[in-house]
Amino acid sequence: MVKYNFKKITVVPNGKEFVDIILSRTQRQTPTVVHKGDRIANLRSFYMRKVRFTQSNFNEKLSTIIEEFPRLDEIHPFYGDLLHVLYNKDHYKFALGQVNTAKKNITKIAMDYVKLVKYGDSLYRCKCLKVAALGRMSIVMKGLGPSLAYLEQVRQHLARLPSIDPNTRTILICGCPNVGKSSFVNKVTRADVDVQPYAFTTKSLFLGHTDYKCLRYQVIDTPGILDRPIEDRNIIEMCSITALAHLRAAVLFFLDISGSCGYTIAQQASLFHRIKSVLTNKPLVIVCNKTDLVPWENLPEEDKKLIEEMKNEAMKTAMGEEEEAVLLKMSTLTEEGVMSVRNVASERLLDQRVAAKMKSKKINDYMSWFHVAMPKPRDDQERLPCIPQVVKEGGKKEKRKTEKDLEDENGGAGVYSASLKKNYILADEKWKDDIIPEICDGHNVADFIDADILNRLEELTSEESLRQGEEEEENGFEMEGEELTEEEKNLLAEIRKKKALCIQEHRLKKSNAQNRETVPRKFNKDKKFNSKRFGRELSSYGPFKKQV
Amino acid sequence: MRLVNCWFCSSTIYPGHGIQFVRNDAKIFRFCRSKCHKNFKMKRNPRKVKWTKAYRAAHGKDMTKDTTFEFEKKRNRPERYDRNVTENTLLAIKKIVKIRDDRATKHIQNRLKPDKKKKHAEAIKELDNNIHLVRAPQPDSEKIKVDVPNQKSVQNEAMEE
Repeated sequence: MVKYNFKKITVVPNGKEFVDIILSRTQRQTPTVVHKGDRIANLRSFYMRKVRFTQSNFNEKLSTIIEEFPRLDEIHPFYGDLLHVLYNKDHYKFALGQVNTAKKNITKIAMDYVKLVKYGDSLYRCKCLKVAALGRMSIVMKGLGPSLAYLEQVRQHLARLPSIDPNTRTILICGCPNVGKSSFVNKVTRADVDVQPYAFTTKSLFLGHTDYKCLRYQVIDTPGILDRPIEDRNIIEMCSITALAHLRAAVLFFLDISGSCGYTIAQQASLFHRIKSVLTNKPLVIVCNKTDLVPWENLPEEDKKLIEEMKNEAMKTAMGEEEEAVLLKMSTLTEEGVMSVRNVASERLLDQRVAAKMKSKKINDYMSWFHVAMPKPRDDQERLPCIPQVVKEGGKKEKRKTEKDLEDENGGAGVYSASLKKNYILADEKWKDDIIPEICDGHNVADFIDADILNRLEELTSEESLRQGEEEEENGFEMEGEELTEEEKNLLAEIRKKKALCIQEHRLKKSNAQNRETVPRKFNKDKKFNSKRFGRELSSYGPFKKQV
Repeated sequence: MRLVNCWFCSSTIYPGHGIQFVRNDAKIFRFCRSKCHKNFKMKRNPRKVKWTKAYRAAHGKDMTKDTTFEFEKKRNRPERYDRNVTENTLLAIKKIVKIRDDRATKHIQNRLKPDKKKKHAEAIKELDNNIHLVRAPQPDSEKIKVDVPNQKSVQNEAMEE
């Protein structure tokens, strides 16, 4: 079972970028320096190397493109046809062919110019040859430009296709536009397909998965088909036709019995008859949708007759099933009948596939692989399955109101914030809204929390008061003992002061106080502060009186 | 939200401050500021760096053993919220912290309190030895008479011989 993964195709650069990439790579990864005076052999090999390098790079990149794009002949016809419908097989092949031709041309150019460079006689000539070679290769790539752009578009679209496995169990949904195919797919799978009131909302195939009896089924939603001859169909419709034609799947043909899609039952029936040729050999189920708008009983007779005709056609593929399994009614809005449609389709598909497998030759090998072992009963005690009472009584699972519903009621996600404290189990309900303190005065409250903290606190305070009492006594004690008198204290203070003074003077002396100038140099630059001048000045004040 | 202690200086780290370093053996070191972080990176031992609490505790400068410390214990199981207990706890925290601080200051004071007797003896000795710096030496009130023995006879005898 090959998984089709078109997402791994490397990006196709457009013509100009392509050339830029390769040329810059050549510049970076080959030696760049060569001198006129070098040996001629070196010059030639230098330029030959450049030409060959460029050619091999072009070759490599173009080869990856050719290899990675799927070849229409080698893939499943479903994909082949789908790609043809989407991208036009001829154009596609042509583009790839052009890429191939370009590759060949570039190789040829390189070979020719290498031969010429081999006999180049000067640096200038070799260089010109190299420039010419690279130039011609670039021109080839320029011509490839439109093809590369087209291939890039194809690649991007290809990467976004749903990865439909053509060999596994598939349920196809088809019908007129706007009948309710996409809403059905949304209900049955987890796919989120756009559902809008206008026609052709779905413009391509959509893939969803659903489970039935522990098996995975692919559910493919198709764009609506109009009642036209096949030549007139547009690309979108052709997608669904391709899917119908090539996939071995159970087909659900959707009918809108209310006519709200814009097409009467007659028109839908004529569409059915037009495409019934494609629906041979496929388990076909006709599904009447939108029964909430028009219940089955209210349908007019002609419509019922038309539907009967369709049913008869479908019965031909039925392999002898009952009526119920061919014509079903449902409504995607009220969700009634949706699951039964799915179950019926899956069941019939499964039966068909199993029958096909049984008929094949390999089945004998498979049969020998299986053996169902039944345990031998060891006593007569009957062991029944355990079914809870509620299920036995047939009680329906009541829809509980979820928090999400509450949120939606009260204004949505931005407006309403759920109360996380709603379900707290506390001793007193009123405490639910309390803001719990975490930090107090630089300490974590949680570290102190204790049920009997008050008792302990009392003990502590009593202890503390005791201790304080003891301390005061001690302080009182210390007042006794020998004490210096006032006079002695003063003396001591004087002594200490004098001592400090002595020490300071000594330190001054020690640090060259004798050699230090009394007037600092910055004020005494002219050396005017000397004793002679000073003496003169003092004597100019007149005689001093001796102080007693 | 929890307050934690700086690994280096043991101060509390409030949310939004500091850096946490997780070592390869999954031990977490939290630092209150880059000073502590840089000291840690220099591989300094906080027990030897003077300004840290670890030093002060290790050298007996701060109070370490006390009953008030037993109130604050990290519990690994959260307690169910009870408003009354929390109220009481908040009040209690304040009181406990106050008592703890008082005791800590007392501890430091006791440490710094001068040893009275020793100081007293030292003061007296200083007074006696250095009184001459501030007071002139007092002449003795009684002159002590010293009898000088007859030394001349000894000298003459020596010279004669």
